[in-house]
Amino acid sequence: MITWKTTALASAFAVLGTTASMADCGITSGKVSILGNDFPAIQALVEAAKECAGNGVSVSSNLTTEHRDIQVAALTANPAQYSSAIVANSSIVPLMNDGLIRPLDDLVAEHGQNLKPSQLITIDGKVMAVAFMANAQHMFYRSDLIEQAGVTAPESYEDVLAAAEAIRSAGIMEHPVALNTKTGWNLGEEFVNMYSGYGGVFFQDGTAEPNINNETGVAALNTLKALTEYSNPDFLTFDSNATQALWESGEVAIATLWGSRAAGILDAEGSTSDVTSTTVLAGAPTVGNGTTPATTLWWDGFTIAANISDEDAEATFIAMVNGISPEVIAANNDDAVWLGEGYTPGDASVGIFASVQGGAAPYPMLPYMGLMHTALGDELSDFLQGQETAEQALADVEAAYRTAAKEQGFLQ
Amino acid sequence: MPHRTFLWFIFPSLAAMILFIAMPIASVLIQSLYVEHEQVIVLGETCGPFGCTPSTTVDVEATAQLKEDAPLGRFNGLGTYLDRGHLAVNELRMAWAISDGLGDFLSRVMNLPFYKALAFTMTFTFVVTPLVIVLGLAIALGVNGLPKMLKGPTIFVSLLPMIVTPLIGSLILFWMIDADGIIGKTLQVIFDDPDLSLKASPTLTWIVLIIYGVWHSAPFAFIVFYAGLQTVPEETLEAAMIDGASRWERIRYVVIPHMAPLVVFISLMQLMDNFRVFEPIVGFSAQANATSLSYIIYSDLRGDQQQFGSAAATSMLTILGVAVLLTPVLIRTWRDFNRKRA
Repeated sequence: MITWKTTALASAFAVLGTTASMADCGITSGKVSILGNDFPAIQALVEAAKECAGNGVSVSSNLTTEHRDIQVAALTANPAQYSSAIVANSSIVPLMNDGLIRPLDDLVAEHGQNLKPSQLITIDGKVMAVAFMANAQHMFYRSDLIEQAGVTAPESYEDVLAAAEAIRSAGIMEHPVALNTKTGWNLGEEFVNMYSGYGGVFFQDGTAEPNINNETGVAALNTLKALTEYSNPDFLTFDSNATQALWESGEVAIATLWGSRAAGILDAEGSTSDVTSTTVLAGAPTVGNGTTPATTLWWDGFTIAANISDEDAEATFIAMVNGISPEVIAANNDDAVWLGEGYTPGDASVGIFASVQGGAAPYPMLPYMGLMHTALGDELSDFLQGQETAEQALADVEAAYRTAAKEQGFLQ
Repeated sequence: MPHRTFLWFIFPSLAAMILFIAMPIASVLIQSLYVEHEQVIVLGETCGPFGCTPSTTVDVEATAQLKEDAPLGRFNGLGTYLDRGHLAVNELRMAWAISDGLGDFLSRVMNLPFYKALAFTMTFTFVVTPLVIVLGLAIALGVNGLPKMLKGPTIFVSLLPMIVTPLIGSLILFWMIDADGIIGKTLQVIFDDPDLSLKASPTLTWIVLIIYGVWHSAPFAFIVFYAGLQTVPEETLEAAMIDGASRWERIRYVVIPHMAPLVVFISLMQLMDNFRVFEPIVGFSAQANATSLSYIIYSDLRGDQQQFGSAAATSMLTILGVAVLLTPVLIRTWRDFNRKRA
């Protein structure tokens, strides 16, 4: 019922917004088409951008979770299939590598008065994207179970392991911990987070040479393995949907999950009030006596295609800025941790803010990071299953990465 | 038929085959011999909502020039085929040199992605194919013996596993074998082991995938055998009965020899199908414990950075694998054909 009312209210706002923005959208002609991921914050953005349509301006969109697989081909076409691609730290890289997105400095100067300087993604002095929301994996824990086990709220992964042991030995839960450890991208991301928490650097300075087969890497892997030993034995199949379901069914006490899942976890849907009322969001834990949270910070932002006319580019920029106007952000406040004006931090954003304030590192935006991530995701499961040593697993990652990087021309 | 007429007769299908089969394969072959250009990297700085970090980027203009000069990329010959992601020649040589004993060598080989995938692909193919043939024949014989009224509904129900889309079928089973699913929980109770997980151990994952494979393909063998059973000569069967042959003897000496060509046909289809096993691996999220050649191609082509050369090389190796697998069956068919003609 509450959801229904919120939706109704949101659409009422949207309608109000239409009449207001029709006048100040200020586009007279052009074709706007948006490619992006499919989740509520982006849906809200695109809805608002579509209000600029009419009078010779057309706005269309394709929101799909498979956007990363089509974006390069779609923007390589001339004219590009989409005038704007909504990307994140990692998915902007292939577009940059091929020069498929245009610098936005002129457009920002002309139409970006409402944007904060921190929203501008500046690469070598040129604005290449405008970020509108932040995301990070951080800790969720159940205050009642922690208390029942007689431990204090964990702040580091060492605390998490101690708390997990206390919960297990108190007979409360056999598998109290959950991480997104599905073989592939998710598992790679867990290592990236942990390695960053230990202060590790993925590549040798300024080159594509890998730099993970070292003591830091071994320490990160061992911590990851220690955590998975408190996870359900199916942990290599856990993606965000699986861990959210586990959390909502009350089968987990401490988890590291995406901040963007927090709103869904805290709402009444799919869970009981016993779980939602005792769920506490906190920044990502630190690890190995480090001071920064063991997580990487992500942003989502929009880019403008290179292979379109200047007129379409301008229309697209104005429509997209309209999509993240303070009114839109205020009307969809809880859908994301918005970076623009008009955002009031809510309950679901606590974990992400704590991680940002703790000084967590942004996910590395390097041309070859995607290859490293893939290699990590494919090669680490043998170690977590106890079939090989940490050193061997890291050597395998470096070997797999080198093979791919040579083929892509990053290494000789 | 004069050669000229024959040529015109097969021209349309020949043209279609060249256009849709031969040319794509040739293009994949060419692709597999090339790798991407050398990327010109420049140092710089990236700033965003979380501060500034030193970073590197690709020099787009310099790289564009390289691309214009050689649109296909850098010629790499058989380099991609021999690298660690494929045949891993150097790694094999090294493993052979430093391993102490065959077991150690094999475990080193199984650590290489291509051989790991090949091991599962071969096991899957050679376990599923015979089981499908035996099970399909058994179902066909059973259904054939049913009263007429029950035949229609039974055939329909038996065909269901084949009608369900492989990905959906495997996803349904994936949730059923979950530790909280109906099959997973039942097995835990039966074996009195609360930690039993069909998804965690490699052996159990392989068994689950193989059972899924048999479940999915048996209806195909069944329907082919069932059609074949309708053509078994009644007179021979009756003669055998008069000679006092039991039901088993009639099946062994009359029905099975009559169905031999169908067995060859089904083996051929199943060998090809099972060698490119793919959907159940995705559906069962089994990547950690089982990968196949098709899965490697898929993962090369997905995500932020596609590796076309690597995917092309694996594709060519898969085609080669299918050809090797089918050779014995094809030689046999060829001999039979020549014997009949003679």
